Amino acid sequence: MVSAFQKALKSGKFVITCEAAPPKGTNLKRMAHDIELLKDKVDAINVTDHQSSVMRFPSLGGAMLVKELGGEPILQMTCRDRNRLALQADLLFASYMGIHNVLCLTGDSIMLGDHKEAKAVFDLDSSQLLGVVRKLEEGKDISGNDLDGGVSFCAGGIVTPEADPLEPQLIKFEKKIEAGAEFIQTQAVFDLDRFKKFMEYAGQFNVKILAGVILLTSAPMARFMNNNIAGVFVPQDLIDEMASAPKGQVLTKGIEIAGRMIKRIHEEKMCDGVHIMAINKEELVPDIMSAAGLI
Amino acid sequence: MIRSITQPKAEKEIDLLLSGSGRIFIIGCGTCVTLTRTGGEPEVRAMQERLSGKGKLITGHLVVPVACDNLTTDALAEYGHQIDQADTLLIMTCAFGVQTIARQLKKMVVPALDTLFMGKETAAGEFTEICTQCGTCIIGETGGICPVTSCHKGLVNGPCGGTDSGKCEIDKRKDCAWTMIYNRLMDLGRLDSMRRLQPPRNHLGEPTPGKMILSEK
Ligand code: SF4
Ligand code: SF4
Repeated sequence: MVSAFQKALKSGKFVITCEAAPPKGTNLKRMAHDIELLKDKVDAINVTDHQSSVMRFPSLGGAMLVKELGGEPILQMTCRDRNRLALQADLLFASYMGIHNVLCLTGDSIMLGDHKEAKAVFDLDSSQLLGVVRKLEEGKDISGNDLDGGVSFCAGGIVTPEADPLEPQLIKFEKKIEAGAEFIQTQAVFDLDRFKKFMEYAGQFNVKILAGVILLTSAPMARFMNNNIAGVFVPQDLIDEMASAPKGQVLTKGIEIAGRMIKRIHEEKMCDGVHIMAINKEELVPDIMSAAGLI
Repeated sequence: MIRSITQPKAEKEIDLLLSGSGRIFIIGCGTCVTLTRTGGEPEVRAMQERLSGKGKLITGHLVVPVACDNLTTDALAEYGHQIDQADTLLIMTCAFGVQTIARQLKKMVVPALDTLFMGKETAAGEFTEICTQCGTCIIGETGGICPVTSCHKGLVNGPCGGTDSGKCEIDKRKDCAWTMIYNRLMDLGRLDSMRRLQPPRNHLGEPTPGKMILSEK
């Protein structure tokens, strides 16, 4: 079975994904509102899994909501909170519920979140989880037992093109592809010349790459991300540019920067699409897209 | 040498654990906790002073040479009278010592320290956890550096995305294990080993609680 997102990836068009974060609690109104606003503008919506290790409504439930509202969900699954039994079970359930896109992640450290004393699991890692998806698709669990009723997924992973050092990341990236990743959504990229270099390398592989673009909402927020969000490195010149925006115009500045980056990625055909991360400001994704000239 | 690395429990927690006891005997150890300055002679004396100041009666104190050793039985016997007079033993050793002592004496024991990890002294006054005894050793493929222990997430297929300048996402004082493994394998010309996709780990090495009976082998 081919998912709509998979079809978009294969079509050769410039693919756009964004995120929807489940709430802390059961009030899904705002999330539903964001989904309604975004579902026809983007090719798929990632539903985050206890992002930054903060306990929330589950990504599986959020992905079901996207589906229910007529959107195309990408289920994010981390290896932080579930062992291999629970991860396989949730994959069975997701596929049964018609959720056929999954993004396999290792997951942030528990220590970065709001339940710092919890036990971290990490029974599997992201590349192994990708392998699990493919194994289930063959009709077997990872212990080799037969499944009664199968699954089908368009599965992907992430890479951090601005990590230091980069080489170990690239080895992991190749392992994810070997394990069965069809698409890669990158962590936030800022230095596009560096990203182009990364793409010269990544372009050799049979995998679709969506460049991660993060919406900066203020200079302090950018600094906060540098210190607290794993794998995000905002360069000083962008922080300065944010800081230089007149009062009341800071968000507009952020939208402009994100739009400018997406525009360049698109025009220079650097990769197969973009993944827009407007954390807590998902409703601004259409503005970013329009700043990028995409709508 | 393997060292048991400890840190003092907060005074508040110790006071709470001792709240029902008036008469206390304090035991330290001459080995690891002396090295880490958490349960040697000076720390035991300081504890005695602090608790006396709080109105506790300290029936005596003792720093045994190696608390986790079975010879501790003999050392304790010499202090039998003072120990008998106490209702609680406050033990400033690692948890191996606490348990060794608890098995000998019919007394409530209160640990004064938290046992953090089995460490190696990697520089003067610096201790590092390098093995967590997982039971299925995989460092033959990682250049002798343990990702199960040295990587915060125990990842076996390479780094997570949080590596920052070769440091771990949780603490800039801690090296990212996968940067170290990469560098070592690179030096050895064996990066092929890191490129191999590792299957999920085998956690069935020795089901907890571990037990080994030589005569059954
Ligand atoms: S893999 Fe690591 S934790 Fe396991 S036995 Fe080897 S060194 Fe120890
Ligand atoms: S930064 Fe390195 S050591 Fe820390 S969790 Fe990630 S891979 Fe492991």
